Amino acid sequence: MKSTDISDPQYFHKVVDCQYACPAHTPVPEYIRLIAHGRYDDAYMINWQSNVFPGVLGRTCDRPCEPACRRGRVEEEPVAICRLKRVAADFKDDISARLPKPVQRKNGKRIALVGGGPASLTVARDLAPLGYECVVFDGDPKAGGMIRTQIPKFRLPDSVIDEETGYILNLGVEFRGGTRVDSMKKLLSENWDAVFVGTGAPRGRDLDIPGRQEAAANIHIGIDWLSSVSFGHINKIGKRVIVLGGGNTAMDCCRSARRLGGDDVQVVVRSGFEEMKASPWEKEDAMHEGIPIHNYLVPKSFTHENGKLTGITFEKVKAEYDAKGRRKLVHAGEPDQHFPCDDVLVAVGQENAFPWIERDCGIEFGDWDMPKVDEKTFRSTHPKVFFGGDAAFGPKNIIWAVAHGHEAAVSIDKMLNGEDIADRPAPAVEVISQKMGIHEWSYDNAIENDHRYKVPLRDKVIALKDIKAEVELGFDVNLALKEAGRCLNCDVQTVFSASLCIECDACVDICPMDCITFTPNGDEKELRQHLKAPALNLTQDLYVQDGLKTGRVMVKDEDVCLHCGLCAERCPTGAWDMQKYFLEMAHAGSSCRPPRRSAA
Amino acid sequence: MTYLAKPKFHHPGLPKNELGYTHRDYEGTVSTLCAGCGHDSITGAIIQACFELAIEPHRVAKISGIGCSSKTPTYFLGNSHGFNSVHGRMPSVLTGANLANRDLIYLGVSGDGDSASIGLGQFAHCLRRGVNMTYIVENNGVYGLTKGQFSATADRGSKSKRGVTNTDNSIDMVAMALQLGATFVARSFSGDKEQLVPIIKAAIAHQGAAFIDVISPCVAFNNHLGSTKSFDFVREHNEAVNRLDFISTRMPIGLQQEPGTVEIVEQHDGSKLALRKLAADYDVHDRSAALGFLQHHAAKGQIVTGLLFVEKEAQDLHAHLATVEQPLNALGEKELCPGSAVLDKINAGLR
Repeated sequence: MKSTDISDPQYFHKVVDCQYACPAHTPVPEYIRLIAHGRYDDAYMINWQSNVFPGVLGRTCDRPCEPACRRGRVEEEPVAICRLKRVAADFKDDISARLPKPVQRKNGKRIALVGGGPASLTVARDLAPLGYECVVFDGDPKAGGMIRTQIPKFRLPDSVIDEETGYILNLGVEFRGGTRVDSMKKLLSENWDAVFVGTGAPRGRDLDIPGRQEAAANIHIGIDWLSSVSFGHINKIGKRVIVLGGGNTAMDCCRSARRLGGDDVQVVVRSGFEEMKASPWEKEDAMHEGIPIHNYLVPKSFTHENGKLTGITFEKVKAEYDAKGRRKLVHAGEPDQHFPCDDVLVAVGQENAFPWIERDCGIEFGDWDMPKVDEKTFRSTHPKVFFGGDAAFGPKNIIWAVAHGHEAAVSIDKMLNGEDIADRPAPAVEVISQKMGIHEWSYDNAIENDHRYKVPLRDKVIALKDIKAEVELGFDVNLALKEAGRCLNCDVQTVFSASLCIECDACVDICPMDCITFTPNGDEKELRQHLKAPALNLTQDLYVQDGLKTGRVMVKDEDVCLHCGLCAERCPTGAWDMQKYFLEMAHAGSSCRPPRRSAA
Repeated sequence: MTYLAKPKFHHPGLPKNELGYTHRDYEGTVSTLCAGCGHDSITGAIIQACFELAIEPHRVAKISGIGCSSKTPTYFLGNSHGFNSVHGRMPSVLTGANLANRDLIYLGVSGDGDSASIGLGQFAHCLRRGVNMTYIVENNGVYGLTKGQFSATADRGSKSKRGVTNTDNSIDMVAMALQLGATFVARSFSGDKEQLVPIIKAAIAHQGAAFIDVISPCVAFNNHLGSTKSFDFVREHNEAVNRLDFISTRMPIGLQQEPGTVEIVEQHDGSKLALRKLAADYDVHDRSAALGFLQHHAAKGQIVTGLLFVEKEAQDLHAHLATVEQPLNALGEKELCPGSAVLDKINAGLR
């Protein structure tokens, strides 16, 4: 194998699994360390820079970082990254002085942002401080989009949304609530310098089976129902409720129904329990509230009597796999099952809908009637129109919308500065040694054996009575400190200098995870088999360095390295060093201007 | 030394031996020696050897004297018996323990100061008697604990860290061991575990006095230009006579080698040593030729390593003395104190 080029910022970025997995590439270990130090403001600001909605995401993020967390490969469960983010938001002081100030002199460029959700607000957050005049249009009276309308208040209180959307709107962003944009043509005729579409995936899929029309009064589309609940238009539901669908919206529906008079709420899904789209923790939360989840049941018809819903009939199916491993649901050979109920919530998916974009306005549409959007620049086929969030590539989640927003803001900023928007800015990278002295490192490298701590919950009886009572209470300071201690500091990198190495084997002997091997070189496949412990996780790189006196190479399997620093601690010559790698994505503004800041 | 505890986590794919242990289970506490010390690598090799042999830790007694090397038993086999004796007196303690309980595996760990200076007499007599043990000398040529004075194994003409030339002749402990009748003699290098681990395994299986001289660079005081015990010098002047593969009694011989290139030596316990020859005409069973070979190469400044001598039909002290088969702690009071009638009989025999 060739020597690893660690000057490529991507190499060490990949080692920081959580940051790499995060769509917005939030420097997770850095803020977790700050939380451990009690520096909640600093931790919050790192988050705010990168993911814009720390308080919101700390409660609702889909957490792609957690399945990626190295801790999950070393022991059972990953670090509770998401809930630590909330800790930063919960315990911070007033940080308003640290936010950008509204710009006094605008640069004369006007940006229209359609939809007031996370994608649009991120674009506005990035562009407003640069002097752009940002105007956000939304049909709802308040900013937040799906964050406000679709996420139940018992998961995300209004106060958090108000605070974090407020930080953005206070940057001098104009919010035109209650103003739904009905025509793209009309908008384009208003001579905006750029238009950003962040309208989400606002249409809930319906279920067209017999009885749908007749029993319509008691059949509700999940996301519409959730937003009616959110706005207080709906405050009760029947005693027996069936929720159809297995995604996170279904989980929000069933838990909301449980709080609005549904004593007997059940979730029914077509596929198997394991294959449900809902995050495992959301399923857990629902079941914790006494909501059973039935699987392998395909709805056949709504039953009704005198125009009133009486229940749903389901066909029992089982999964069969063909030669290519594709799954097919086939009749299980059991009799149909009937679930009596008073109300049904249909949460079987969301769709994009752009009835307001005229198809001849210069924006081309492709498959599934989705606009053609460039995956890097987020520009549509219209040079001034950008898309982001669910509106760009279909339903994902908030953190993706934020990531899209950042990239679209970079594109808009570059375009309006006359630059090539396809030329993407490199991230800013710092690599700094953490050695403070003999046996002294500037990070806590004693590895805790603790298992993941649970977030305290509000008493179930009280929580189920009030739809606005937040269920999760968040970590207290002590729990937060303990959970933060579980972080392995994967951003503190093991950096090897072959020229200093005397091949004494001290690092090999001390490494608790048998990560390091000195061996004759070979191709990757061969090396992976012949290391001190075989490196079978192909998603994790091998760190290879040649230039040793014996002609061997140093090979380090990054997979389960604890970043404990014992290799550096035991190295007599300083050939190993622990260096903190800090990567910050380039956002709109000076950091995306050429000449680019070179990656360290 | 390090102030960090070694984390308890281990690689999820770590192999286990027949006892269900990983090599981590054969560790001791974290070393307090200087970072990079060759002794720590020897510790690593002992851990690996015991793991691969699937030795039950409670069946091992590790005995040492005084010095950097003699601290190391703390760093391996944390669940074994140990005795840290007076300076240079490890061989006596080991001999006594061995006589009392012949069922244990005896690991004598010593250094060049402990064995070649203050304990030279003990070293000599222990080997001469053929005590069944593995005697490892972690040989760095300096007194590390007292800041790097030459030890008795420092080569004449080699330089100290401060530039002083050694004018005394050195003691070659391998040559002494051969002369004193050790039945298994090897030399290795802490920086070459591939050579060292099989040698330790073979020595543990050897039913007699096994002696291993391991050159172990002292990174603090003897790893400079002018030293003959530095990593660079040993790597450049290493003259390995053979490569050893150890085949335990439980393993079938899977080696399909061309005849002539590999010599299989069967030991008393049924284990086998597969020796791949590197030096042509080197006979691992010829004691006097081994001595000549050693001196010849030493004169050229070369360090001969590998398995240098092994006696096929080794006997140990218990065989010489015809002692009782069982360890003393397994005997009852009747056997241990047979009464005055027996004593009278013995006394009569001495008159």
